[in-house]
Formats: sequence, structure tokens, C-alpha cells
Amino acid sequence: MTLRTRRAVFVVAAAVFAGLLLWGFGGLPRFGTFQGAYGLVLNHTAVPERHITDVVTAVNFDYRGFDTLGEEFIFFAAVVGVTVILRAQSDEAPGHIADYAFGRAVPPTSDAVRVLGLGLTPPTILFGLYVIAHGHLTPGGGFQGGVVLATGVLLIYLAGELDDLHGLYTVPALERAEAIGAGAYIAIGLVGLATGSAFLQNVWPLGRVGHLFSAGTVAPIDLAVGLEIGAGLVLLLVTFLHQTIVLRRTP
Amino acid sequence: MTYLPYAVAAWLFAVGLYGVVTSRNLLHQIISLSVAQSSTYVLLLSVGFHTHATAPVFADVPTTRAAVDPVVQALSLTDVVVGATVTALLLAIAVQVHKRTGSLDPEGT
Repeated sequence: MTLRTRRAVFVVAAAVFAGLLLWGFGGLPRFGTFQGAYGLVLNHTAVPERHITDVVTAVNFDYRGFDTLGEEFIFFAAVVGVTVILRAQSDEAPGHIADYAFGRAVPPTSDAVRVLGLGLTPPTILFGLYVIAHGHLTPGGGFQGGVVLATGVLLIYLAGELDDLHGLYTVPALERAEAIGAGAYIAIGLVGLATGSAFLQNVWPLGRVGHLFSAGTVAPIDLAVGLEIGAGLVLLLVTFLHQTIVLRRTP
Repeated sequence: MTYLPYAVAAWLFAVGLYGVVTSRNLLHQIISLSVAQSSTYVLLLSVGFHTHATAPVFADVPTTRAAVDPVVQALSLTDVVVGATVTALLLAIAVQVHKRTGSLDPEGT
């Protein structure tokens, strides 16, 4: 299909879609007036009922915890998928480790980037841990903090070479950390079952509102998800770098 | 401008889809898909917005204070995670396509 035909097909389809979209938007509440029943109830009951101050996290890891379990396993499956797609093929072997670009030489990393990258790494990792640990109090949580943690590791690569990363972890350790994070979520859910309640029911002591140790199972689930997302993202990063920088096709 | 957020969501979706349709580079195509998907974040968050309401975080405001809808915000988080995983998988496929064919053109060379 030529570009022109494709564009023509797109314009026709987009016109039909625009009609449907306008029709759908017509049924939406006026901007700034929506008051969902569930949101209203949760905003008033989450703090007294669960001793949690971040209601978004309460929805994710408590009231809708089972859905988030599925979401966590979507991520888990995607990491598995990427490592399978990017595995060493039968005609590939580890070659000389070097960044490379087509048709040009890769400039050496400047000292400014090195200093900034290494200087930013510890605060980034600390911030990631903070975001994970305070997910039930302020905006944040396992998903967000896990991504920040992985960014800290990415900074080490940006500031140096792939080799600099190899001392930090081994791939089996990352895989184990990811699996433990995913499994811990289920284990915390099973505590509810074991105590005669429902799966993922918030049965742990709730603590005092606004304290670090509060909100029952939400904080441990945040830790589990943070571990899984952090380890999973570093694993993704390492897999991509290994496939593009280390593996070479053998003739 | 009451309809501006909805218009932005529709525009993001349309422009992302146009990029997917006309792209000649797999990386550009994947990023276009992410742009199209980001329209859903805008839509979800603008649906849940309420004028003069605060964020649904009661760490430093009383629970009597009006807050925006937390449910759509939680949905946006799910949306972001799913979007990131889709991007990661597509990028992995693009890496292999490039290694096999030496080209990132979706139509082949």
C-alpha cells in the first residue's frame, strides 16, 4: 500500500471515528463537575476505615488490590517476553563490549556527564526508596518508586560503561528479586485467607493515621511491588543493553 | 474553555494514530503509539477532575475537603504500566527486526 492510499484510508477512518468520538463526548459530564459515586465514598471513608491518607494508593492496593495483582503480572509477563525475544540467537555470540552507532564514531563520555551521573545516583536511589516507603501516605507507591530505583541504576550506565554495571548485580539475582516481589504480593493476599477473611483483605494492624507503619497490608504490598518493578526494569534495561551492545552475529 | 481537556485527548489520539499510519520508522511508530495512548491519561484525569477540589491525598488536608475522583487516577496508573509494558515489548521486537533485516522501515527496504 502506498503512502497516499494509506493516508486516504486513514482520513476516511478518522472522519468516522471523529463522529463517534463527538457523540461519545456529548454524553460526558461537563468538565469539572463530575462526581463519581465511588470516588466520593472512598474520599470520605478511606482515611477512617483503612488509616491511609493517599486514597489513590488505597484504591490500587486495597479496595482494587486484586486488579493490581493482575496488573503486576502483566508487567511480569512483559519482562519475561522481552528477555525471551532478546535472548541470544543461535548465530549470536558475545563480542567486544562497546557502544556503537551507525556511520559515526561514539564520542567518549564527558567528565561533566560522569560527575553528574554518579552524583545523582545515590540521591535517586534514596528518593526511590522514599517514594516506595511512603506510598500509603503521600503520592507515590511501589510502581512509581520502582521506576525511580531503576533510573538510579540507569544513571550508572549513562555515566560510565556497561562493564561498570556488572559488579552491581547478576542476572539470576535480578530474576530472583523480581519473582520474590511478585510472589510476596500473593503471599500477603493469602494472609487474608489464612485468617478466615477474603483474599487480599486488609487484615493487618492498621496503625495510626499518617504514620509510616499504618494502613495494614498496603505498605508491605508497596514494598513487594517496588522490588518487582525495580528489579524488573533493571532486568529489561540489562537485556536491551546486552542484546544491542554485547551480542554480535557470527558469520 | 470547558471542552479543552476533551479536545486535547481527542487530538493526542488522532495525531498519534496518524503517526502510526504514516510512519516509515519502527521507533517513530512505537513512540506514536505511546502518544496515542497518552490521550487516555488526559481523558481519564479530566473526567475525574472537579473544580475547586484538591488531590485525593489527605496527609495534610482534612477529609472534609472536596477532592477529585481517586478511582480514575488509580485507573491511569494501570494505564501507564500497561503502556510501558507494550512499549518495552514492541521495542524488543524492533531491535530483533533491525538485527535480522538491517532496516527499521515497517514496509521493508
